[in-house]
Amino acid sequence: MRIKLVPRQTHSKVMTWMTPVMALVLSLLSGTVMFSLLGYPPLESLYAFFISPISDLYGLSELIIKATPLAIIAVGLAMGFRANVWNIGAEGQFTIGALTGSALVIYFPESDNVLMLPAMLILGVAGGMAWASIPAFLKTRFNTNEILTSLLLVYVAILILSTLVHGPWKDPAGYNFPESVIFQDVATLPIIVPGTRLHFGAIFALLVVATGWVLFSRTLAGFQVRVSGLAPHAARYTGVRSDRMVWYVLLGAGGLAGLAGIIEVAGPIGQVQPLISPGYGFAAIIVAFLGRLHPLGILFASLVLALSYLGGEFVQIKLGLPLGIAGVFQGMLLFFLLSCDVLINYRVEFRRPGTKSSASSA
Amino acid sequence: MSTPLLELKGVTKAFPGVVANDTIDLSIAEGEIHALLGENGAGKSTLVKIIYGYYSADAGDMSWLGEAVKVSSPAHARQIGIGMVFQHFSLFDALSVRENIELAIAAGKTGDELSQDIIEISTTYGLGLDPERDVFSLSVGERQRVEIVRCLLQSPKLLIMDEPTSVLTPQEADNLFEVLRKLADQGCAVLYISHKLEEIRRLCHHATILRHGKVVAQCDPTKEDTRSLAEMMIGKTLKPPAYELKQTGAEKLVVRNLSRNAETERSISLSDISFDVCEGEIFGIAGVAGNGQTELMEMLSGEILADDDSVISIDGVACGRRGVRARRQLGAAIVPEERLGHGAVGSMSLVENAFLGGHRRFNLTRGLWMNYANARKFAQQTCDDYDVRHAGIQVDAGSLSGGNLQKFLIGREILQEPLVMLASQPTWGVDAGSQLAIHKALLDLAARGTAVLVISQDLDELLELCNRVAVMFAGKLSEPHQVADLSAEKIGLLMGGAELESAKGVANAH
Repeated sequence: MRIKLVPRQTHSKVMTWMTPVMALVLSLLSGTVMFSLLGYPPLESLYAFFISPISDLYGLSELIIKATPLAIIAVGLAMGFRANVWNIGAEGQFTIGALTGSALVIYFPESDNVLMLPAMLILGVAGGMAWASIPAFLKTRFNTNEILTSLLLVYVAILILSTLVHGPWKDPAGYNFPESVIFQDVATLPIIVPGTRLHFGAIFALLVVATGWVLFSRTLAGFQVRVSGLAPHAARYTGVRSDRMVWYVLLGAGGLAGLAGIIEVAGPIGQVQPLISPGYGFAAIIVAFLGRLHPLGILFASLVLALSYLGGEFVQIKLGLPLGIAGVFQGMLLFFLLSCDVLINYRVEFRRPGTKSSASSA
Repeated sequence: MSTPLLELKGVTKAFPGVVANDTIDLSIAEGEIHALLGENGAGKSTLVKIIYGYYSADAGDMSWLGEAVKVSSPAHARQIGIGMVFQHFSLFDALSVRENIELAIAAGKTGDELSQDIIEISTTYGLGLDPERDVFSLSVGERQRVEIVRCLLQSPKLLIMDEPTSVLTPQEADNLFEVLRKLADQGCAVLYISHKLEEIRRLCHHATILRHGKVVAQCDPTKEDTRSLAEMMIGKTLKPPAYELKQTGAEKLVVRNLSRNAETERSISLSDISFDVCEGEIFGIAGVAGNGQTELMEMLSGEILADDDSVISIDGVACGRRGVRARRQLGAAIVPEERLGHGAVGSMSLVENAFLGGHRRFNLTRGLWMNYANARKFAQQTCDDYDVRHAGIQVDAGSLSGGNLQKFLIGREILQEPLVMLASQPTWGVDAGSQLAIHKALLDLAARGTAVLVISQDLDELLELCNRVAVMFAGKLSEPHQVADLSAEKIGLLMGGAELESAKGVANAH
């Protein structure tokens, strides 16, 4: 039997939303195989990975805490990906946003001004934008590949973070631990469900998703972003300047990543540490694609990816598996998604070797 | 006369709606450089694809070295000794010349042995190729040589070249001609496809001329001049204008001394183009494709800005430095040459495509918001007024037939009641019914006082529509001529660039 991919007349709308589900199922199946090969009971391990972490209210709140930065970053990235601008450096913009926002606390640690938090959020957004403006400038001025520049700037950002927490930003009363002071109340996002760590950032995530949705589907700007990605010539034809588009989407994505960064340190972490992100900026790329670059899809996808983080921690605690399992699952998910996506534009045809295909029908 | 290398008899091939090749006879002798000449859409590509085994003919016979043969696939064609160099190359940038060739040759030599062969062949024919160079570092002309060497390694008896000079600089083209002449001297026949008359005169021993899928003439191009070749290519029957010439009014589109340097080796420089289009007039720009029409259109639409505001004025406002939106605001409407991907986005609905051209002048936006209700109305009106057959305005633009999509685009622009209409190839690849509808729409538009510019390769179309026609050749625009004064001879001369060159005192510069 021969298996053949036949191009579809138009792309399949059903498949667009089916392939994320297929990718999820395939990741689970491969996860089963992986756990058995590692010598762990597969079903029990999968249960520990995917079900246990969210079987109580606290678990659910932790899920939302992890999904919050993912969703915020992914909405920004999706905007860029739609316009064919490949910002891979959200992790760096996240980090710089966290730093610029935190600077206020570091320099005014005693302040109890209620405007502290809003100012921190604004500075966080500005920091992310500033960091994203570097690849934007290089791209529009020198036509440098933004994939490379934005990615490399991630490591620069992380080094800056490291330099600051090991040096000038270290808490003087912190026994020489590489950590900043713990943020005072006015610099911390309020908890919205008592008894959990669920903080106000989740509301921001919902707002970003809703705004993103409206922006994409209802505004001229969102329309122009979509046209730029689908047909750059057509975008030029309607008067969209491609270099400005690069600026807009990079600043937008950088700003949102910066927002996610400051929300993370002013929320669940509460101080600047050497490690403020378990790779949210990279995982958000998976979230964006798994959510079909659509804000609503991103909302669901962010929960899936958040679960992979929680599950990774759980199997580490319960079964002693390495934390890297979370990364393995995220990788598989993206891998299967991208491979399944071929079905959006192609359909599979099975042919027996004997039967001559009707070649002209394709 | 000895047996011809290749002989076609009565080859016919039809596609839905068009007979691409209609009982074509063709005979190529060994060592002959044979030109296949014709306008775009005349059926040249279809014919060579039949010879090369890409298509199978509906009817007709082909014989190779005197024996009947049915070429079933390109692999089969290569096996019997037919090689082809396509207009668009299929090379891997990241691999070396040798690796690229190694990949293409099914079961052949590899490594140093192959390198030796490449060097040998490329020195024999003066192709100058280093087998170890990476392809990304090669110029377009050098890449073409890789393709040629790849064919030659299989020692073909017939080499088909599909518009090889369309991607070359004049110097590269000269080198190519040298190579082809050497090949012919060694007995390899060349089937040379082109619509560039001058180079056919310089290079080819024999020419077969196609028009609308039929062989219309055979000749020895060295004994013809560009004018007579052009006449054969475009046909002599010039129809008189089908309507009364109207009185035209003030200049609405004024272009003065517009120049543009070619950005890439494939694009054409524009030099010193000036013309006016008046109220109520249809002004045509004729010319064989690739003489700068695309580059001109980009500048007129504002997708590429001029260096100076003064080179383009719309309705009296200098706007050479102002972009597409500003020009639309001034009253320009634009129908680009490419329907999908330029004038419309294939994977977006007709409603969304209505925004593409219409949002400024049609209140399809309120501030930052898209007004979908108005867009739906506008899309529906466009479809109704211009008889766009569709399965609902929510369908993807890409699912419409070429003719219907073009009617939609033309309608979308005309409904804006523009002062200046810029249309490039408005009926290219469109069925006859839609063509008529589009012509009528453009004539009506001009009758209402719009200044209309039509860039087209279809002379019949221009002569039917236009008051005045100018011809583009090598990035220059001829003087405009009243259609009433034009003859086939005149147009032929202009399309060959004759008037321009003699006017400038440059007789056959290369």
